[in-house]
Amino acid sequence: MIPAAFSYKRAGSVGEALDLVAEHGEDAKFLAGGHSLLPLMKLRLAVPEVLVDIGRLGELSYVRADNGDIAVGALTSYHDLAGSSLLARELPLLACAASQVGDPQVRHRGTIGGSLAHADPAADLPAVILALDAVLVARGPSGVREIAAADFFVGLFESALEPGELLTEIRIPRPAAAGWSFQKFTKRAIDWAIVGVAVTGSRVALVNMGQQPVRASAVEQALAAGAAPRDAAALAADGTSPPDDLNGDARYRAHLARVLTARALAEAAARG
Amino acid sequence: MKVSVTVNGSPVTAEVPDRTLLVHFVREEAGLTATNVGCDTSSCGACTVLLDGQSVKSCTVLAAQADGRAVTTVEGLAGPDGELHPVQRAFRQEHGLQCGFCTPGMVMAAVSLLAENPVPTEDEVRLGLEGNLCRCTGYHNIVRAILAASEEGAAGALTAIGAVHEEQVS
Repeated sequence: MIPAAFSYKRAGSVGEALDLVAEHGEDAKFLAGGHSLLPLMKLRLAVPEVLVDIGRLGELSYVRADNGDIAVGALTSYHDLAGSSLLARELPLLACAASQVGDPQVRHRGTIGGSLAHADPAADLPAVILALDAVLVARGPSGVREIAAADFFVGLFESALEPGELLTEIRIPRPAAAGWSFQKFTKRAIDWAIVGVAVTGSRVALVNMGQQPVRASAVEQALAAGAAPRDAAALAADGTSPPDDLNGDARYRAHLARVLTARALAEAAARG
Repeated sequence: MKVSVTVNGSPVTAEVPDRTLLVHFVREEAGLTATNVGCDTSSCGACTVLLDGQSVKSCTVLAAQADGRAVTTVEGLAGPDGELHPVQRAFRQEHGLQCGFCTPGMVMAAVSLLAENPVPTEDEVRLGLEGNLCRCTGYHNIVRAILAASEEGAAGALTAIGAVHEEQVS
């Protein structure tokens, strides 16, 4: 399988990448690691006429402490997130989740920004970013803007990025509470999660329980009202609309969400 | 577009369509056919090669993305005198293959794994192979081979390969 024909352009800077995409309009797509986009293109589910390769913009690959936040460049690979000593110390939830995405080969190429911009509800990092209350920084023709993670995932494979905008940085506040956990259930090691749960403190987000990653609001409210974690976890599927597919129906996913949330809350409590 | 890749230490330059995948560049332009196209969906790992020393699935990388970089395939592991790389030797000694189709990818995944973690536990080897499928289900001997290669210090041999590449690229 090969993608439909397209024209390949390599950007030497963020400015050049924005110019190239502006020039080609809706026919152009940014290419980061390519591990979401290229498989879709091989299946002809995506047929861009122009690919603007941003993969060599080293300026967008970093993890650093910045004014009380942790700033992560959008082109940082899963491998580099998993191996970051700063994340291991300050944001182990993100490092741990990144170390479980796909397989080593995928983690060498796939990037955090690519995953978030792709907005696949079955991907791990969107839910993690949602739980961490991150802010996403985008650069476009009209300048730089910040988008709260809660406003970023607007639908199935749909983010709040405007045409021509490039996600450049993810800013994550240091979590106040120490407890965290990431749980996911897959049939094979390399599969997307049938359901996943990210917990940091008393914030809980779910992978693959709807059209976009969602916060388990009912669980969070119950915890805030003083419910025991096990009782709160029983509400994990409330207000969600999980998909039916060959990996499991909605009822099975709801059950998994409750079980995995209970495990995640217990693990977070043990760490906290 | 014109793509130049240093493959196993030798420059390979070709005019190819922009949509050319790295695995096809390696097989058809470099003429190195050990790297197999298995699933063609980045699941099976048969097409694993090293890109600047890191394992990647070459069915999911554009040749254009590898332009100006160094690629190592299983053909590039043995020494100039044909002496096998410690990982290759270990696969032979431990019978780490059955039909052989996954072997080039398994060996390259193992080389990358040992470069990052020279002395892995058995669990770490199994986790490190999660991106590689063996259709014969011959995993036990593959894991034994990688542990044996680790004992032989295979990581040192890889570092030498990486250094040669860096020299030739720069």
